[in-house]
Amino acid sequence: MVKVEFLGPISQEVLELEAKTLADVATQLQNIETIAPWLSKCAVAVNDQMVSDLSMILKSGDKISILPPVCGG
Amino acid sequence: MELYHGPLDIEAIFSKWLKEEKNSNYGAYIPFVGTIRAEDGIEALSFDIYEPILEQWFQGWVKRAEELGAKVKMAHSIGDVPVHTSSYISAVFSPKRRVALELIDEFVEDFKANAPIWKYDVKDGKRIYAEDRSTPMSGSGLLA
Repeated sequence: MVKVEFLGPISQEVLELEAKTLADVATQLQNIETIAPWLSKCAVAVNDQMVSDLSMILKSGDKISILPPVCGG
Repeated sequence: MELYHGPLDIEAIFSKWLKEEKNSNYGAYIPFVGTIRAEDGIEALSFDIYEPILEQWFQGWVKRAEELGAKVKMAHSIGDVPVHTSSYISAVFSPKRRVALELIDEFVEDFKANAPIWKYDVKDGKRIYAEDRSTPMSGSGLLA
């Protein structure tokens, strides 16, 4: 199981998913009605490292963070 | 990097940083201060921060500045920051002015685009995500 956490304004509790790669996570999140609209504008981190490869292999216990558009300052 | 709950004591941070680098032989000190403007009926802005990735982002700039013989610093607020108070201060110290002038521009612009901080307008005590002023971070859309 991997944990998916949604940061900032996305109102969604932590999810626990079965996933072997980041692509598996993508498929499952695309099927959640309240989450799907956010995905096109969100960046992704695995274990607090920003990632850009959908084929990334995940292991049990990994933490995936979903980061919506930002505005500091 | 320093994070504080509520508005920043800008004068105190400004002075502290000046004292910290008093004997570092930097010729230039350029701070940037972000102050909350009264507009659209807001009472305050409010901020969420994801600290682990903010720290990494900041350390990237620390290294970049070091390569130029310079130093960057920043402080930001968490939670509500009323109008006419400040939520953000950053600064560049460098031996000569040119590096600091250029670096403060790049540093503040990249901060706006890639620091994991989320902003909300506070109206009638309610937090409303400032979606129209927010920017997707680099690499967004991976899971879409």
